[in-house]
This record gives sequence, structure tokens and C-alpha cells, in this order.
Amino acid sequence: MPVKTKFALTPGPATREAFGRALVELGRENRDIVVCDADLSKSTMTTYFEKEFPERFFSCGIAEADMVGIGAGLASAGKIPFVSSFSVFVMNKGFEQLRVCVAYPKLNVKVVGTHSGISIGEDGPSQMSVEEIGLACSLVGFVVISPADEVSTKALVRAAAAYVGPVFIRTGRPKTPIVYDAGQKFEIGKAVQVVEGSDATIIANGLLLAEAIRAAETLEAEGISVRVVDMHTVKPLDRDAVRRAAVETGAIVAAEEHLVDGGLGVRVAQAVAELQPCPMEFVGIRDTYAESGATGELMEKYGLVARDVVAAVRKAIARKR
Amino acid sequence: MPRSLEELQAIAKRVRREIVVMIGAAGSGHPGGSLSAVEILVELYFDFMRIDPKNPKWPDRDRFILSKGHAAPVLYSVMAEAGYADTPLDKLNTLRKLGSMYQGHPDIRFIPSLEASTGSLGEGLSLGLGMGLGARLDGRPSRTYVMLGDGEIQEGQVWEAAMAGGFHKSDNVVAIVDYNGIQLDGFVKDIMDVAPLADKWRAFNWHTIEIDGHSIPAIRAAFEEAQATKGKPTCIVAHTIKGKGVSFMENNPKFHGTAPTPAEVELALKELQ
Repeated sequence: MPVKTKFALTPGPATREAFGRALVELGRENRDIVVCDADLSKSTMTTYFEKEFPERFFSCGIAEADMVGIGAGLASAGKIPFVSSFSVFVMNKGFEQLRVCVAYPKLNVKVVGTHSGISIGEDGPSQMSVEEIGLACSLVGFVVISPADEVSTKALVRAAAAYVGPVFIRTGRPKTPIVYDAGQKFEIGKAVQVVEGSDATIIANGLLLAEAIRAAETLEAEGISVRVVDMHTVKPLDRDAVRRAAVETGAIVAAEEHLVDGGLGVRVAQAVAELQPCPMEFVGIRDTYAESGATGELMEKYGLVARDVVAAVRKAIARKR
Repeated sequence: MPRSLEELQAIAKRVRREIVVMIGAAGSGHPGGSLSAVEILVELYFDFMRIDPKNPKWPDRDRFILSKGHAAPVLYSVMAEAGYADTPLDKLNTLRKLGSMYQGHPDIRFIPSLEASTGSLGEGLSLGLGMGLGARLDGRPSRTYVMLGDGEIQEGQVWEAAMAGGFHKSDNVVAIVDYNGIQLDGFVKDIMDVAPLADKWRAFNWHTIEIDGHSIPAIRAAFEEAQATKGKPTCIVAHTIKGKGVSFMENNPKFHGTAPTPAEVELALKELQ
């Protein structure tokens, strides 16, 4: 069942903020929760945890490779480490350590990247993580999560802590609309159908979920019925939700704030190819590095707003005939 | 019952023989850096570490990480001699063969009694620091020993970890540098010199001890000194001989990563009587 019949999006905090708050709650409930940060705690919002549990917060300095290794060692000693930095730093500078020290022995490390995608804005491309979903999905045995709003971030951070094994969670810098009612349930690997529809399905996550909902609203006004699915877990992918989208609506648009290469869309396309081929279109960043600018300007310029999703849906539906 | 020096030396000799034979049987592997580390591992596993091979996941155990994972044969042989259930002595000669628990580099999926999977250089000290911080948080007496290669410490991550160990006053962690002077391409001083080594660790706020890495009493004394040192981690710079114990392998860069031929195995075993 769709969780909203009206397309109500209300202003909300950044998903990194939701992560920081959830971490404190977890810290109160479980003394094995520990945090490692690489001189960005005031930005990743692990600072809240540090303030309340200084003895369980490990400052690693600007040394992401070492931080990932320390996190792996803490997990070996029975702790549940949340290792956090900007996505671009922890995933790129820590990748080899994530592979050999975390994925390979399948340790219980939770990696949370913040300031993901191009929506970080003015800092520009050196800080913009547009490939980490692909990187994280290539780490064998990792769960990869990209939540869309405060409600889902809090719930999925909790689900990640409860799950035994390595997890990557992608969060963002800007304030993000709230999609879900408080109390909405989330399960790792289980997509949420946010809007019901029959002519096409938009499979989105992160910031693009709100854009997908806006796109569905625009199209409904024209009599086009579009399903919107929140694929918050990219790995393991909810293949059943993809199969139903293909069978029941016959056209799929994937939408994400990530390079099209290696992102959600290609993983959905793999499932579509294997389960039920149908026309597919992709909304994402096309083989380019972006630039400095305001978040909204960048999302417009690089084709990541509702208008782009609408165009992709029309194209996919046209190909059905 | 503590073992006598003679007993430990006898174990070290057996380990050297096993290293030569298993790498010979595999036809590939790293004899030089395995032979240089024998006394240090024998002292740890047969004398100094608080471990129970019958209960390898005992939470209060001491831990050993072979960060220079290519020296896996010495670790396998020592663990097999120590009696871990997942490191059988009679399988040592399956080293590097399909399906063997004795993988080319230590792999915890195949040998759960290992503390870490290693092989990509530069990563073990960070793991050791995390284990040490976890033990400290839980008030456990566990100490963590990490063996690094002298070539390995050219990796930047080692110095990130060195900085972090000094900063976090990780006095339950001991780094041991197997300073045998040789890496794959030749002598360390010619590839990327790491000297002055002890000064570097001192500058990163580590208590630093230099020893003869083949003298079991000196190794033991260094571990005792490390254990008595509070408020900082200890680095033991162990001066060793690559290929120690086999004359034609000693100080010979060729045997960093080349297996002995059957004839060379015979010759080596004669020397290791």
C-alpha cells in the first residue's frame, strides 16, 4: 500500500542531522556502539555522540585509511563501530581498507558517509561523492543504504546497528523534505511503495525520492498514473519490487543523485534484464564532475529535478508502444 | 610451565624446517621474511602471550596480527606447533593449494583462530589499535602485538596509525618491526630508506626498543619492558637477518619471494639439523 495518498512533502532536516540524532539514541541503548570520525564530527554530526559519550568516540584525525582499520579492529573486539566522514573521503581514501579489513573478514562495521552527491554545493567536485554507491556495492557482503529523509534515515540507522555485518549508509548535507509519517516501518532490503500507479514506475532513493513524488504529481494532473518506489536499500536490491514494477507498469525510470555508471539504475536494470525486460530510462549524473554552486542550482543544471524525472517517464512510456 | 630457552630454540628450528619444506612444496611463497621472524613468533606463541590454543576466541586473550601477511608460513607453522585446531601440522604442505586453509596470505575465513586477514601491506597496525581501544573500553587485560615489515612501513597508513597510537596512548599495543633490510626489489636502503627507524617511532610518541630479533632472551626482555610501559605504545625495532638459518638465503634478496627448488630444500634441511 502507498504510504501517502496525498503528495505531502514537508520541510525537514538534513539526513546527516538525522544520522547524528539516531546515533545518540543508539548510544544510550547499547554501550557497544562506538564512533570513529576523521576531523569532520561537526559536519557529520557525530559531534552529538561525542558530547554525550566522549569515552566511546575516537578521534582519528584526517586519516581515513587508519580510521577504517581502527573501526575494523574495534569490531573484532566486539564493538559496533560507526565510522563516519564525508562519503567522498571515507569511500575513496578508505576503500582498500574497507575491502581487505572489513568486507573480506565480513566485520560488523557501519560506514556512514555524509555530504554525498553534488548537493553538497559550493565546496565543489573534490568534495562531491558521485561514485560511492558503485564502490560500496562492489564490496562483497556489504549492505548499501541511501535513505531519503529524516524518518527513514533514523529508522535505517537503527536497522543497520541491529544487523550483524558491514553496512554503508549514504547521507547528505542539505535540508531534505520529509516524505514519511513518523512511525513508518523500514526493513533493510525491502523497498517502500510511496505512490501507487499503473503506467510507469519511478524507482528512486535519496534526494531524488522527493523529486520523483513531485514528478508523479505533475504527471497525475495529466492523467498519467505513476508508481513511486523508494529503493532505500541498493544492496541487497528488492528484486521483487523491481519485478512487480516491470510486470504491472511496464516501464521503469531509475532516479538518483549519483553517476549513472555504477549506481542504483544499473542495478535495477540488471534485475529488469534478468526478471522481466521492459523499457527503462535513467535520471542521474552523466559521466561528468559538477562544479561549485547552490544545491538547487546544481540539481537543476545536472538534470536531477522533478522536470527531468517527468521527461524520463514520458520517454519510457513512449517506448512501451 | 614456562619453557626453557633450549625448548624454545628447538621449536624455532622445527619451524624453520617447516617453512622451507612448505614453501618448497608450494613452489611459490616468501621464505626470507618468514625465516627472519621465527624467534619473535616463537617467543610470543610459546612463552609470552596470554593465549589458549584450545580456546582461541577467549575474550581476554592477547592477539597477534601479522601485518606483513606474506610471511604467512611462519605464522602457520607456529600456530600449528602451538596446537590450534584449525591449523593442523599435517596439512602445512598444502600451502597455497586449492582448498587449503593455508592460503597465500592469512585468511580468517579459512582459519578462524587468526586475528585478522592480512596481505595488503600497511593495514595491520590500525587493526591492532582498534582492538586495543576496544579492550581498554571493556577493561580487558588483552594486549595486541602487530608485526610489520621494514618495507611495509613505507606505506603511509602505517604512519597514520603510528600517530594515532601515540595520540591515544595505546599502551596495550606493541608494534614489532622486522628490520631485515630487504624487500622484493632489493635492499630497503636502495628502494626507499626507512632509517633512522627508532627515531621515527620515538617522534610519534612510541616507547622504542632496539633488539637483536634472533635473541629469544632479548625478545622476551623487550616484551616485558613494553608491558611495564604505561601511557604510550611500544615499538620494538628488531634487527634481523632475512632468510636467517639457511646460508644461501641469508641477506639474499632473491629469497624474499622465491621458493627453494627441491635441491635447495634438501640443502637447507641439512643446515637446519
